[in-house]
Amino acid sequence: MNIQAADTNITTDREPKMQARRVNVFYGDTHALKDVNLDIYADEVTALIGPSGCGKSTFLRCLNRMNDTVASCRVKGVMTLDNEDIYSKQVDVVQLRARVGMVFQKPNPFPKSIYDNVAYGPRIHGLARKGDELDEIVFTSLQKAGLWDEVKDRLDTSGTALSGGQQQRLCIARAIAVNPEVILMDEPCSALDPIATAKIEELIDELKGHYAIVIVTHSMQQAARVSQKTAFFHLGNLVEYGDTVEIFTNPQEPKTKDYITGRYG
Amino acid sequence: MTDHTVASFDEELNEMRSKVVQMANIVNTQLQNSLTALQDRNSELAEKVRLTDQLLDDLDSDVERSAVEFIARRAPVAVDLREIIAIIRISNTLERIGDYAKNFAKRLDVLLETDSIRSSERLLSHMVDITSKMVTDVIDAYIRRDIDLALEIWHRDQEIDAIYNTMFRELLTYMMEHPHYITTATHMLFIAKNIERAGDHATNIAEMAYYIATGKALDMERPKKDKSHLAAAPDVEE
Ligand SMILES: Nc1ncnc2c1ncn2[C@@H]1O[C@H](COP(=O)(O)OP(=O)(O)OP(=O)(O)O)[C@@H](O)[C@H]1O
Ligand SMILES: [Mg+2]
Repeated sequence: MNIQAADTNITTDREPKMQARRVNVFYGDTHALKDVNLDIYADEVTALIGPSGCGKSTFLRCLNRMNDTVASCRVKGVMTLDNEDIYSKQVDVVQLRARVGMVFQKPNPFPKSIYDNVAYGPRIHGLARKGDELDEIVFTSLQKAGLWDEVKDRLDTSGTALSGGQQQRLCIARAIAVNPEVILMDEPCSALDPIATAKIEELIDELKGHYAIVIVTHSMQQAARVSQKTAFFHLGNLVEYGDTVEIFTNPQEPKTKDYITGRYG
Repeated sequence: MTDHTVASFDEELNEMRSKVVQMANIVNTQLQNSLTALQDRNSELAEKVRLTDQLLDDLDSDVERSAVEFIARRAPVAVDLREIIAIIRISNTLERIGDYAKNFAKRLDVLLETDSIRSSERLLSHMVDITSKMVTDVIDAYIRRDIDLALEIWHRDQEIDAIYNTMFRELLTYMMEHPHYITTATHMLFIAKNIERAGDHATNIAEMAYYIATGKALDMERPKKDKSHLAAAPDVEE
């Protein structure tokens, strides 16, 4: 399926990894997202910002159909991954979530060993036949997540025994292990101290280019630091989308300016 | 513009703004006092100008320190970021214009001992008036975010350049015809050049005011009327 970028605010000749067109989301009577059009590109980090309740998490959860688990939730419009409609009947949701992984606000390792936390996904997706293949996946995932050196001597200990920052990197390793194409992060640093935050941001920088990354953050400085594109949401509308540098030096919409400069409400 | 949710954010910005306004007022007084000292042959007033310059240096350091603290503590973005960066530069620029006024006053030590060239003094007085007005207006344009005024001031610089060219030619002729006036004319020329530079600086501030208000650089080519770099000594009749 190919979706025309006409009548949207998006002008580019690159092929987007994911596209949202006229996306509307309702929770019962609550109209949480209104006609949202947004493109996500493979080689960059897209930050979603906006006041509490504006629909950032809702949008993020639409991208891998996490909203399917909310009974009252209805999603309208079109969402694609590599031009395929992710809401079509043929799509296997488990498969989709492997391609579009997610990291949550609170680190949520399984109450299993560090090794098993990372190996879990590859196992259920049948990515490794033999034990040493699995070892290799666990090693590279932890390596990419910048956690290997800290845990290599205690892969058998429980993931929950790690510090918050380490747990978050373990969750990132777990997401990476199934070879995703897109990684969604919902306020991944809000429970972390500045050092652990810096490590995650450094990690995001390294992962960029290998995965399309979408991050929700309440820290304007974090959005400015880690992303190339920024989308500002307000009351369910996508108010402004553009180059992060532009958004933070010269936003075009008064609402964006008021929000990022701290003049909101 | 709407206020910040955090009131002290605006208070700190306002404090820096008012220091910049204060600097502009001092700069103008300094320019006028130097001129008056020349016209009235008043060396005491010239001395006062030289001493007052310290005030501008101090205010400039103050503003710069506050701005750096502000950036560190408040991490300003968008229009606030543009303004805080511009405030540092505007303050530096005013301090530089102040240096020109001080240099003007320094030259009076020698100049007040020589015979004056009245017609050039009149031209210089005109240049100083235009420059002062530019400084006042440009700070006004910045504070009120008045893009039209900033643009208008940006073009005004041409007037100063034109007077400077006239003065340059006049003083050159004077030196050729009356070697007796060489000392006077040379100092007058340096002073005029400095005032002309001060006008350029005021133009720079107009660009900053424009940038703060719009987020865009005023990157048209600068109007230029200073052609003195092309001038040669006029032919003198034997
Ligand atoms: N499971 C749900 N059931 C009902 N309403 C919901 C549900 N999840 C979100 N909403 C509503 O949808 C709107 C958008 O919520 P969402 O969680 O997407 O906001 P957000 O931008 O992520 O906010 P925050 O920054 O506080 O996380 C809100 O009005 C919220 O109350
Ligand atoms: Mg949320």
